[in-house]
Amino acid sequence: MAGADTISREELAAFLLRLADDHLILGHRLSEWCGHAPMLEEDLAMPNMALDLIGQARVLYQYAGAVEGRGRDEDALAYLRREREYTNCLMAERENGDFAHTMLRQLYFAAFMEPMWETMLSSTDETLRGIAGKAVKEVAYHIRHAGEWVVRLGDGTEESTRRMKAAVEALAPYVGELFESDDVTKAVAEAGIAPKPASLRSRFDAIVGPIFAEAGLEWVEAPFTQTGGRRGLHGEAMGFLLAELQFMQRSYPGAAW
Amino acid sequence: MGGTGTITSFSPSTGVRRTGRDPWPDPGWCRPVDEGQRAYRAAASVVDPEIPVVTIEDLGILRSVEVDGDTAIARLTPTYTGCPAVLAIELAVEAALRDAGFEPRVERVVSPAWTTDWITPEGRQKLRDYGIAPPAKASNSIRALFGETEVACPRCGSGETARISEFGSTACKALYRCEACHEPFDYFKCI
Repeated sequence: MAGADTISREELAAFLLRLADDHLILGHRLSEWCGHAPMLEEDLAMPNMALDLIGQARVLYQYAGAVEGRGRDEDALAYLRREREYTNCLMAERENGDFAHTMLRQLYFAAFMEPMWETMLSSTDETLRGIAGKAVKEVAYHIRHAGEWVVRLGDGTEESTRRMKAAVEALAPYVGELFESDDVTKAVAEAGIAPKPASLRSRFDAIVGPIFAEAGLEWVEAPFTQTGGRRGLHGEAMGFLLAELQFMQRSYPGAAW
Repeated sequence: MGGTGTITSFSPSTGVRRTGRDPWPDPGWCRPVDEGQRAYRAAASVVDPEIPVVTIEDLGILRSVEVDGDTAIARLTPTYTGCPAVLAIELAVEAALRDAGFEPRVERVVSPAWTTDWITPEGRQKLRDYGIAPPAKASNSIRALFGETEVACPRCGSGETARISEFGSTACKALYRCEACHEPFDYFKCI
């Protein structure tokens, strides 16, 4: 019988780190909007969502550290790894671009994670069941928030529509990577810990589709899929992001307050 | 257990006399004191640092307190995953247990996940009295993506309210406005 005990520590830790890296890096990107949002409510909303994502990253890193058993705590995993050791999806690390780009990326990631968390409510892994129980509700707010903006901007002024269409074009090559399979996703799926990413695609489409329809946006098929994040191969933006993210712990090791 | 559970305080400067629940009712000296109960009561009296009218017991985040010799182990569950008050609450629980004479240990429990349904009826009333609309019973669903949740104004009770921002002053609150009395108010988000 498949179960959480049929998977190796390395594979489970690798899966947890991917998930944690996605949340940390996207949370960091969102936090960059703090103080720069187009209106006060958004200045509260984006750091709030960043807080959700970074909070989810923290519990995932804590668990990953315990599973891998190499004595690394959440800070060591978040702040003291090298670029090639991060396995977040490339979408998360992309520069924020304008508000339309940020909101569309948020919608995509939330529409990917909602069915993922929802499936993990019945994971064979008890810790992940607990984390999913909370996260599935938090991510529902992210979908609603980002979805409303995609509709408002896509179906808004000439300028906002132009920008939202540009965001759809720009992000199209990064959607496919979310649903990729490899040895790690196969191992966690076989152990009943998490769903196969490809199995989430129809539910992603069922969330994004109606929002696009209401926004008057057309789905753009990407000419190619940008990939590599799960193997630690990142874009140019990642190095700059990590420089800022890691600065404090690199300069003042063990700093705490 | 001895004691009446209520206490009267008197402030000489204001002349105000208050009667309220005693966080430290007399445990009754002639009987053996239940240490588990005493530790639980100490931990349960800790208030939320951001909504100081509700205790962690009201919020339903204090899962259990267990006494083992001199050590009291309190198990807490976070409300929101990224709630920045978690650490402050854990430190306050440690302090409360230490004040009660225990060696404190606080454990964080993530499973099962806390939901706003765990807020006690008393906690919901305290939130309302404080001007925060308590959460609707867990009805959060993305199927109602663009539907509005019915939130009653905590001041005048009107159902004619509008959401200003889904994300408010803390992770757990959204910002609303009452269309009847025109007062803005916080809504404790349903999760």
